[in-house]
Parts: sequence; structure tokens; C-alpha cells
Amino acid sequence: MDFLNAIVALSNFVIIPAIAYGSQLALGALGVTLIYGILRFSNFAHGDTMAFGAMLAVLITWWFQSMGMSFGVLPTALLALPFAILGTMALMLITDRVVYRFYREQKAKPVILVIVSMGVMFIMNGLVRFIIGPNDQKFADGERFIISVREFKAMTGLKEGLAIKTTQGITVVVAIICVVLLFWFLNRTRTGKSMRAYSDNEDLALLSGINPERVVMYTWLIVAALATTAGVLYGLDKSFKPFVYFQLLLPIFASAIVGGLGSPLGAIAGGFVIAFSEVTITYAWKKVLKYLMPENLEPSSLVQLLSTDYKFAVSFVILIVVLLFKPTGLFKGKSV
Amino acid sequence: MKKMLMATAATALIAGAASAEDIKLGIILGFTGPIESLTPSMADGAELAMKEVSDSGKLLGGSTVMPVRADSTCVDAAAASAAAERLITSDGVKGIMGADCSGVTGAILNNVALANGVVMISPSATSPGLSHMNNEDNGLFFRTAPSDARQGVVMTEVLMEEGIKEVAVTYTNNDYGKGLADAFQAAFEAAGGTVTINAAHEDGKADYSAEVGALASAGGDRLVVAGYVDQGGSGIVRAAIDSGAFDTFHFPDGMIGAKLEENFGDEIEGSTGQHPGTDSAGAAKFEELVAGAFDATSPFTPESYDAAALMMLAMQAAGSSDPADYKGKVMDVANAPGEQIFPGELAKALEIIAGGGEIDYVGATAVELIGAGESAGNYRQIVIDGGAITTAKYR
Repeated sequence: MDFLNAIVALSNFVIIPAIAYGSQLALGALGVTLIYGILRFSNFAHGDTMAFGAMLAVLITWWFQSMGMSFGVLPTALLALPFAILGTMALMLITDRVVYRFYREQKAKPVILVIVSMGVMFIMNGLVRFIIGPNDQKFADGERFIISVREFKAMTGLKEGLAIKTTQGITVVVAIICVVLLFWFLNRTRTGKSMRAYSDNEDLALLSGINPERVVMYTWLIVAALATTAGVLYGLDKSFKPFVYFQLLLPIFASAIVGGLGSPLGAIAGGFVIAFSEVTITYAWKKVLKYLMPENLEPSSLVQLLSTDYKFAVSFVILIVVLLFKPTGLFKGKSV
Repeated sequence: MKKMLMATAATALIAGAASAEDIKLGIILGFTGPIESLTPSMADGAELAMKEVSDSGKLLGGSTVMPVRADSTCVDAAAASAAAERLITSDGVKGIMGADCSGVTGAILNNVALANGVVMISPSATSPGLSHMNNEDNGLFFRTAPSDARQGVVMTEVLMEEGIKEVAVTYTNNDYGKGLADAFQAAFEAAGGTVTINAAHEDGKADYSAEVGALASAGGDRLVVAGYVDQGGSGIVRAAIDSGAFDTFHFPDGMIGAKLEENFGDEIEGSTGQHPGTDSAGAAKFEELVAGAFDATSPFTPESYDAAALMMLAMQAAGSSDPADYKGKVMDVANAPGEQIFPGELAKALEIIAGGGEIDYVGATAVELIGAGESAGNYRQIVIDGGAITTAKYR
């Protein structure tokens, strides 16, 4: 019984939140890694692209809600998601046409593109704040829990409760669907293959007749879809606040780099590595150990490696360690 | 410049010559800076008291009181000290109503007021660090706002009465949150309770599951959230409810607001809290007196009226506008025994004092000065009942 209680407590406070957070990071990191692989620069505007996509979803959700539309037990935001993706795609293509294409034609160095993406970031940042304001916005509706603590306790009779939020379930399901679609697209379709070819060797790809502008366009479209999905899932699960997406940039980049920049598989693995490290290192293990240890060995302190204040420091440290010892990341991406 | 010098010299001469003086009182508040939205009505509140006294013509045989405003900036200690220096040396104020934020208040007190021996009554500085228990302030510093340490004690009383002996505490990571959480922990442990964890949370995050994980691990009968309701405080409560870590909470002043009902409703049924508030008749009378000229319910505005009133009543009691004389009378006029004085009754109070009687200034905020001259504070104890914030009692 104690063992079961320990497992449940661990799942409730560590495993389930970390899986949901890891899925959100993985989707974000996939976008970053695609841009790095194909367009060859680190896109700092990615966090704010997520914010922009999520903002569109929030606005469309409100519109749907005002018309009395809902998605039953699921959040209305899922209905709004496709429209938000279209809107973000339009923004991405416009940005590429107005800003990035100019630098691409000049064959600008990656470092210049990085700085350019920072400029884009600040503009998107301002745009989102201008449209929806800097405050928290609520847009989640539908059933809140798949299993709530009370139901779980009544069902199992255990001392510890377990909650699975609907948004956590949706996050994982949607993330899996996105990843499957992405891999199918990259490995099975003509366009996907040409994108991979372009990523592996630009000159050879051009010689074999691949149209670079098309590849770039498809990349932006996919990135817009991934960023919007990640942004909406994060906003649904936690809350929508423009500044938060800017802060997410660090763990997202850490995920992409830990997995290996340019490697989609690595981005997913990296997302989960970062999420689990952040949560487990700052978790106070007292509750779990109390169930597992014999009575006389029970810990009196909290058994917390790092205070939760240092959550973001964890991704920093992992980032530095990986860059020092394995610059290509876990999955042999490009070195930074 | 020359004109101004002459003008100040002339006023100084006049002030020195007449027996019924023209007394100047400084109002030093952060007219620019983080609380600039609050300070205009605070200053208006203080000036209202001064006008009331001047119009009555009963202070020290017909003296009038002139307010002089200066900017404390709330955050810049050097600028605040310079402003206070100007008030004292060039304007010749006999007392300072202010300052507002705890940091600049301490700076002005230590750098300027102590050196020049001028009385300060702050309407809004709540840091426990300003309680001068060993007379470091030379008896010059008072405040009509309660110290945060006091809220820690009140909070302990509320929880102890509910029979709660073990709590987890989380606070917003700034001076307010940390000061309050530490004060509470000290008071709660002194009363025999246990604080299982005292952990900070950052405002403006979207995700507090890690923080709540640590709090849940430490355990406790109730979670004390010393944060802000429109910031991380609500995030913590939301994550704690969702993960089933805590069912009931205790909320200090920063968490109590309409937003709390709106965000959680009956999900936090049975939670308790307290915030400064009084059911004294003074607050209503103050509002009546102001009659819409400015916002009488704005935070610390009644306290500002009381701070200015106390200073002038103390002058009357000492029979002198010299800070060295009247500093000892502030506590006397503020506390019992004597006739209770409400806002709008300053003329009556001056008359009683002039006639040799005693007064007990109640004012707009039911002023009762304790310890080294700070307000005991009145708190409204609340409980969440049927999803709404309801008053349990006043204490």
C-alpha cells in the first residue's frame, strides 16, 4: 500500500506534470530545430511566434464562445486551433517575405540572421501586447479533469490522490499526433524529402533541381503550425500570458541543443530531458520517501536538491554541460 | 532664484516673529514612481486635515498650517533624502507627513529627520524594519499604518483559533512577501505552531506545479499564500487545488480581492484570511467629510489624514510647534484616555486640549499607537463561505 501511495504521489507531482511540460517543450523545440536545420539560424522569435499563435487562438475561442459554440467536454480552443494556425502561417510568410528573404539573398551569415530574428522577436512581442495586452487571459473551457483527486481517492481508497487534467491529456495526444504527422511528412512525401536533402547539403540539393524558395516556404508553414500548437497547448494547460512565452525560449533552446540542433528526434528527447530534470531536481522528495523508507529512516528535511526558485537554472546548467562535453547533442545534430 | 531666496527669507522672518505662527508641515510622498497613482489622494487627505485645523483658528492661539509637498519617488533613497533636506532646511517644516514606501522612509529618517530632530509620521510604511524598539529614532518616528509584523501576529491568532497547528507557507519573492512570511513564521512558531516549509514563488510565471510539489511534500493543514491575487498567488492556489495538495488556504491582505472569488469561488470553501480594515465609524465619517473631493477610500488616504491630524494635535497638547517638544505628545493624543475624536472634529479636539482636557484620537482608521509608536492596525477577518468572501469578525 505504501509503495502504491509513493507511486501515486510521484505521478501526481512529478511524472504527469513533467510529461505534459515535456510535450510542450518538444513541440517548441521541433520548430526551432527545423529552422536551424533548413534555414541555418537560431530563431529567437520562436517564443513570440508561439505567443502570437496562442493569441489568435484565444481571440477566436472567445468569438466562438460568444456565438455559443463549444466542443463538449473538450476545450473550444481546439476548434480555434486550425484557424489560428492559418493566421500564424500568414504572419510567418509575410515576415519571411519582408525580412528574412532580403538577408537570404545577400547570403548573410547565420549570426546576422540571429540578430535579425531578435528584431523580429521584439516586434512580435510588441504586436501581441498591443493586440491582447500583457495580462493573463483565460480561455480554457470544457471538462477540467479526466480524473480528479477526489474521484481517484474514492475509487482506489489510497491516501494519496492523483489528478489528470484534461489539458494534460490533450497535450500529450496532440503532441503525439503532431510528431507522427511531421515524421510521415519528412520521410514519406516528396516535399519532405526535398527539405531533408536541402538541410543535409544545400549545394547538392540545388543541383538536383530542388526549388529553395519552396523549401523555405514549407518550413515556415510547418514551423507556424508547430509553434501555434505548442503555444495553445501551453496556454491551455497553464495560462496565456505573453511574457511567459518569451521566458520559454530558454528551455526550448536548451531542449533543441541537448537533443542535437537540426535533429527532430533529438528535439523531442531533449524536451523530455529538460522537463524531467527541471521537475525532479526541484521536487521535494520527502513525501515519496516517507512511504518507501522504513520508519526510522524517514527523512526529516524536505530532500530537495534545489529550491524551485532555480528551476530555470537547471536548463542553463544542462545546456552548458552538453555544449562542453557533447556539442552535437544526444542525437548527433549539427554542432553549434 | 534671488526672488525665491528673498521669499523664503521673508517667510522665515514672519514665521519667527509672530506668536500665532504660520506652521509649515512637509508632505513627502512618491508623487512619481511605482505608487504615483495612490499618492495624490494621500496628499489630499493630509492637506484636508491641515485645512480643517487652519480654518478652525484654534491651533496654538490661531496659528495656521501650510502644507509643503515634496517627492520621495518611493524608490530612490538619495532623491528622497535630498527632498526632505530641502523641506527642513529651506522651507523650515516643523514635521513631516511621510514618507510612503518603507525604504525611502528609513533613509529619510536616518539621514535627515534624526539629524535635524524633525518628527515624521508615515501613513503607509509597513516594513517591520522600521519598528524602533530601542529608541534608535529618538522618539521622532511614528506611523499610522501597522507594521507587517503585526499582520503576522494577527494571522497567527486567526489560525490558532481555528485549531490549525501546522501550515506550509509560500510568499511572493519581494520585500513585502518575505517580510510578512518571516514575521508570520516567527509569530506562529512562538505560539507553538509548526511551519513545515517557507518557500518563495516568483510572480508572472504560468506554471507553479513545481512549487506546489515542494509545498505538498512538506505538508500541513493549510497553505498560507503571502502573495498577490492578480499575480503568482492565484497560480499557486490553482495548482494546489488541481493537484489536490491543499483544500483550504489562508490569505493575507495581498490575496484578498474580488479576483479571488472570481478565480476560485467555492473551490476554496472554508479558507480564511485577513486584511487591514475597520468597522469603526471613523471611516464613514471621513468619507462624508471628503464629500467626493478626492477618493477617500483609496489605500492609505485615511491614514494620511490621521497622520497629519496627530501631528497638529500633538503640537496643541505640547503648546509648541517645536518637534522636540511635541514628539512626546503624539502617543498621548492618539490613545485613551480621553474623549474620542473622529474625522471632522479636529476643532473640537483642539478646544478640549486647550481647555486642559484629554483626547483619544480615533480618526478615520481607529488609530491606536502601540510599541514604538506604530498603529496596532485593525484587521477584518474573512472566511470563504458559499464561494464569497464574508466577514468573520473585526480584530
